[in-house]
Amino acid sequence: MRCAVCGRKAAVEVRRQGRAFCPEHYLEWFEHQVERAIRRHRMIEKGERVLVAVSGGKDSIALWEVLRRLGFDATGLHIQLGIDDYSRRALEATRRFAEERKLPLIVVDLKEAYRLAIPELAELTRRRACSVCGLTKRYVMNRVAVEEGFDVVATGHNLDDEASVLLGNVLHWQTDALVRQGPVLPAKEKLAKRVKPLYLLTEREILAYTLLRQLPYQHEECPFALGAKSLLYKEALNKLETAMPGTKQTFLEQYLKKIELVLQRGLSAEEVELKACERCGYPTTGEVCAFCRTWDHAYRWAKRKGRIPGEVRFEAKPRLAFYPEKKEGGAARPAPAEEPAG
Amino acid sequence: MRVVLRTPEKEERELKGPKKVREVLEELGVVPEGVIVARGDELLTLDDEVADGDTIEVISAVSGGAR
Ligand code: SF4
Ligand SMILES: [Zn+2]
Ligand SMILES: [Zn+2]
Repeated sequence: MRCAVCGRKAAVEVRRQGRAFCPEHYLEWFEHQVERAIRRHRMIEKGERVLVAVSGGKDSIALWEVLRRLGFDATGLHIQLGIDDYSRRALEATRRFAEERKLPLIVVDLKEAYRLAIPELAELTRRRACSVCGLTKRYVMNRVAVEEGFDVVATGHNLDDEASVLLGNVLHWQTDALVRQGPVLPAKEKLAKRVKPLYLLTEREILAYTLLRQLPYQHEECPFALGAKSLLYKEALNKLETAMPGTKQTFLEQYLKKIELVLQRGLSAEEVELKACERCGYPTTGEVCAFCRTWDHAYRWAKRKGRIPGEVRFEAKPRLAFYPEKKEGGAARPAPAEEPAG
Repeated sequence: MRVVLRTPEKEERELKGPKKVREVLEELGVVPEGVIVARGDELLTLDDEVADGDTIEVISAVSGGAR
């Protein structure tokens, strides 16, 4: 198999496009795909500050690297989940990557900020780890972005993530979730814009990129991911993809195209209005947001079990650690002159 | 040939070579779309041939959990 650009021996096949590339031209192709998605959906505009959610896994590390190479002002946000050795090694991989490239990194340690880590939060609320983890990550990401003056939050969601979520939602006809799936979620009051620049690249393509660029990333999986339904959906889609290259992309893209029309016709107008959470002031559809409710619930049980002193009240504001340097205060957006050089 | 599987737990298998990558994956029951196959720093395509004395890695690209 030969490179579609230069004819040298190919290293990576992109079967859905019927092409293959040598290492050099693969990297070029990959970065171009990301750049095109960003431009096509106006994900990041010139001069905007980007907060990249970095778990330490291949997708977020690849995303941060590409954004850096494309010249965007991208700061990493790592949320320390407190899931034993897995989380410790995730932080190590993230910090190593940031230090090697002199990229600014913000770390929120859940246990330090809120006294409980994800396993305890799940146990105390009797909910699945992924459910309380996902909710907590989304809240912290948004709050850090809003309070630190970032314009956009970028996440490493890939084609397989998006297609498998879509498949799951379709299988259960979760129509409310179905209309919320897109590569760009626009900003609203106290809600930062959220984008997924890798949404049209497969996990396999992203892995090939991290390997060819020799990026340090965490290959190990979170122990709670085992047996997740999303894995079953991904496997099913990969079987289809092997037999019919392009299936995942067509499935997602055609869906997004159709839903766009529906949204324009006014389904979005029916969207429930957002109010400020009584506890933390951030947007919610109810009185108290899901984040505050979940953590208040966990605190009640933690106090009953004597793990948290009775007088302590849950405080939703996260505590941030900045690498390399410590900034003062928070809420104000720094003037360009004060921004870190690298 | 020695095959090191990282899916993501590490596991080692011995297969007879030479064989194409496509045949190796078939024998292992691995879906090609979910993995990258590498020989040292070199990434292999399905048509590449693996010699009997080679060591290759089959690295899983699939990650799970809600994100
Ligand atoms: S697999 Fe679940 S618990 Fe683990 S990091 Fe992902 S969402 Fe959190
Ligand atoms: Zn080439
Ligand atoms: Zn709240």
